Amino acid sequence: MSKVPYEVYTEDVETLSVLSPDGEVINKDLLPDLTDDQLKEIMYRMVFTRTWDDRAVNLGRQGRLGFYAPVSGQEATMVGSEYALEKSDFICPGYRDIPQLVWHGLPLYQAFLYSRGHQHGGEIPADVNVLMPQIIIGAQILHATGIAMGFKLKKEKSVAIAYTGDGGSSEGDFYEGLNFAGSFKLPVIFFVQNNGYAITTPFAKQTAAKSIAHKAVAVGIPGIKVDGMDIFAVIRAVQDAAKRARDGEGATLIEAVTYRFRPHSLSDDASKYRSKEEEGQWNEKDPIARLAKYLEKKGLWTDEDTQRVRDEAKATVNEQIKKAEQTAKMTIPGLIDSMFETTPQHLEEQKADFE
Amino acid sequence: MAQMNMKEAIRDAMRVELNRDPNVLIFGEDVGNVGGVFRVTEGLQKEFGEDRVFDTPLAESAIGGLAVGLGVQGFRPIAEIQFVGFIFEALDQIVIQAARLRWRSGGKYNAPIVFRTPFGGGVKAAELHTDSLEGLIAQSPGIKVVIPSNPYDAKGLLIAAIRDNDPVFFMEHLNLYHAFRAEVPEGEYTVELGKANVVREGSDVTIVTYGMMVHTSTKAAEQLEKEGINVEVIDLRTVSPIDIDTIMASVKKTNRVIVVQEAQKSAGVAAEVIAQINEKGILHLEAPVLRIAGPDTVFPFAQIEDTWMPNPARIIAGVKKVLEF
Ligand SMILES: Cc1ncc(C[n+]2csc(CCOP(=O)(O)OP(=O)(O)O)c2C)c(N)n1
Repeated sequence: MSKVPYEVYTEDVETLSVLSPDGEVINKDLLPDLTDDQLKEIMYRMVFTRTWDDRAVNLGRQGRLGFYAPVSGQEATMVGSEYALEKSDFICPGYRDIPQLVWHGLPLYQAFLYSRGHQHGGEIPADVNVLMPQIIIGAQILHATGIAMGFKLKKEKSVAIAYTGDGGSSEGDFYEGLNFAGSFKLPVIFFVQNNGYAITTPFAKQTAAKSIAHKAVAVGIPGIKVDGMDIFAVIRAVQDAAKRARDGEGATLIEAVTYRFRPHSLSDDASKYRSKEEEGQWNEKDPIARLAKYLEKKGLWTDEDTQRVRDEAKATVNEQIKKAEQTAKMTIPGLIDSMFETTPQHLEEQKADFE
Repeated sequence: MAQMNMKEAIRDAMRVELNRDPNVLIFGEDVGNVGGVFRVTEGLQKEFGEDRVFDTPLAESAIGGLAVGLGVQGFRPIAEIQFVGFIFEALDQIVIQAARLRWRSGGKYNAPIVFRTPFGGGVKAAELHTDSLEGLIAQSPGIKVVIPSNPYDAKGLLIAAIRDNDPVFFMEHLNLYHAFRAEVPEGEYTVELGKANVVREGSDVTIVTYGMMVHTSTKAAEQLEKEGINVEVIDLRTVSPIDIDTIMASVKKTNRVIVVQEAQKSAGVAAEVIAQINEKGILHLEAPVLRIAGPDTVFPFAQIEDTWMPNPARIIAGVKKVLEF
């Protein structure tokens, strides 16, 4: 009698990378096509994002921001993936994905207002195609699927992208969204930033799958894996996935392997669940240092440029946080009136308790 | 007796039960190694091992369903849902699967599960971390809903919940975890589920409330005392089922009632309390029963949550309204 072939799908998904940690191009074929100005703009955005994150952490400690999830370490995945999209493409973020929103057009002071628990943070400008950061992990994956179906039905050549983390890839919503997107062949990109931890839970405890990219197998869409500390690999992967989507070839799952240098949130102590050695190893892969080395060799960037951007970012953050702080306070009657198009009678009555 | 805050009392209840009954298990997101985002289960994995206290992948429906399956197998799971807003992902497993298991299996299986979850406003948490969803669960048949207001009750109620052979939804107010310390007996004791507590005796008006609002209401009662108004405060402790006998005994004494809840006003626990008072003794009332509650909006963004939540001033106004009726 022959044996039942009990096999786990373990064939490795190759990790795509373009730039080595010391800034050498190691995979010319995958190098995205970018002008010098574009390269400088990308570097500018990464340095700006890092500076803003540093400031945000301080503002948080001073009580000037509310809920904030640090992003340092993930600049390549955040800045790079957004840069690879068109303005008309639609971003469905998780709570950490504020940089993508801002680079897609959400004013920075509104991101601060959102963090400070002010409703106006969520009033998205008309020409900005984003949803607000999602707190329910995985919900945005389904929204992106619906938005992508909308593009398809309206015959618009745009793409929806949903961001989540390695933890998010365990939610039921994740599987359901991927499966729908596969089944309906929708123009959507599922972008998982695998930063190794879901709050405190390490990737090894999250899943027995060899990688998150493997999860695409079950729903019949391509699953690829990129070095998430390498901005060129990220840009190239998203550009190609977006092209597939626009060409009617359907959805793609991208796993970007990255690291958050800081704890999960400002109220959390990373030393309780990860080691200094590990943090050190990832520091060596810093996506900003890596791109800087590449650009320096091309004569496109210097330390002075970094300093100039840092100064500019600091000034912008200061000005935008002030703007957020000076925005008129919310009121309960205003909140009540924001629930329905026409405020029902019982809510009109409830306003009286607050006047 | 030891002095404990509510978080320590809850942890102590779990430790007592893990020690007493090998079938007790704790699981959820981040509850193991680090002891949860509020460190409520801190140290328990070290003490009892990874088979009894463990982290799960990030999937609430799976956490709820795992608890149901383990219940079928004779275990007594304590499943943590990290924050209350995330129970929606698990709602089918909690209010349909767990709460109906006994009935659906003709009594063959039961779901001796405690679903623990933090909730409650006033701490400026992110969206969906604070909502008071007890009314939603309370409307589901087959599951009890418990909300302690102090460390002593928290430990005794949690032990009772773990020993209960039916599912219990146990809600822990974020603002009470560290609010104050109180005497908590060491070792085992229980506080009966479904029994309210008269936390302050009075003769003029009854305030029926629970959770954090017990403290807000007591503050209001203390201020009213200075004006010569004598308020009785009842802490429900269990919001489903409601201890109507304790409430009616008070109504017969004071003839005036207000119900205070942090949750949105409509269709919730306060509405249920008032309906039961009407059914059992409308003729004992000298005035309509009022609700002091959050307005029917989403739980507001952090900036105005302090205005949104009932405060002593609003409670005092409500008391005066029923007195002057
Ligand atoms: C449905 C739901 N469950 C639980 C949480 C609480 N929570 C917030 S962040 C987080 C971990 C997320 O990890 P991951 O998806 O890897 O993203 P990362 O923060 O690492 O970027 C958890 C459990 C939530 N926000 N939503």
